[in-house]
Amino acid sequence: MEGVQLNLISKDRLDKMGSMEKIRMILDEVKRGKIVVLESGLTPEEEAKLIELTMLEIDHENFVGIEVESYPQKSKGFFGKLFGGSGGRLTVIGPANRLKTLQKSDEFIEALVSIDR
Amino acid sequence: MSVIVRIKKKFSFLFRWFSKKDRMKIGIYGPPNAGKTTLANRILRDWTGDVMGSVSDVPHETRRARLREGVKIEVDGKSVILDIVDTPGLATKIDFHDFLKYGMSEEEAKRRAKEATEGVIEAIKWLDDLDGVLMVMDATEDPYTQVNVTIIGNIEARGLPLLIVANKIDLPNASPARIKAAFPQHPVVPISALKGLNIDTLYREIAERFG
Repeated sequence: MEGVQLNLISKDRLDKMGSMEKIRMILDEVKRGKIVVLESGLTPEEEAKLIELTMLEIDHENFVGIEVESYPQKSKGFFGKLFGGSGGRLTVIGPANRLKTLQKSDEFIEALVSIDR
Repeated sequence: MSVIVRIKKKFSFLFRWFSKKDRMKIGIYGPPNAGKTTLANRILRDWTGDVMGSVSDVPHETRRARLREGVKIEVDGKSVILDIVDTPGLATKIDFHDFLKYGMSEEEAKRRAKEATEGVIEAIKWLDDLDGVLMVMDATEDPYTQVNVTIIGNIEARGLPLLIVANKIDLPNASPARIKAAFPQHPVVPISALKGLNIDTLYREIAERFG
């Protein structure tokens, strides 16, 4: 059956992984053409690191970058900010030539996944 | 992240307040073609009579960060001295085919794409060395892009003062209200860097927020 593979990663699994481990896993899967869905997303620092590493791996032939879909962080209270964890929200990451954002708002994301690369 | 590191990060604004500098290093950030260099040129022209760099309709015209030191802005008796960093546009993808549309050769387009990827990395690295950020968004575009969300998230995580500039209000389909609705927790100043519209309000906000 032809199609696009989706990897749905649970918050429990993400919590056990270090930042670089998460970013490496995401990039490796996305470069294989897969769509990665993270239940609890990434921290802003991890997102920036992911963009940095993506730029390093763009080869201008097969891999031109990533498309990331996530919601803005919810503002947390004082103690939430101090002691809270990553607080990331659902995030979808895929190859830029396969995943395309159609519409995005604070609470809703519409995206298109194409089979052809 | 350990609690101590987190506390240090969260109270960075207090450390900054106590060790207040006589000049602030301000980064101009945003996606490609938002008008970052046009804004940098406007600020420099108005306060130093100089310019920062060339502008173009082709995305990723600025591929190296540029620093201009000691720009003094004075509004209503308040003054602030800024070191301004004009950064390359941030993106999650860079496809050399996009540059071919502008009449470039393949070799030229690939070179521009490579330099653009290096520029994105440089822009991210600069975030660790700033005292504040002017985030430029194109008011005619959807503000809910991943680049905007990621940059603002990083500025918030570092506790840096932020001013969002809703640029290109001279264009008929501009909607600064959409940007205000997307990021209600931050001040938004609608301007046209190209035409100089509402630029005095921006200078007042800069003096207020970074002074």
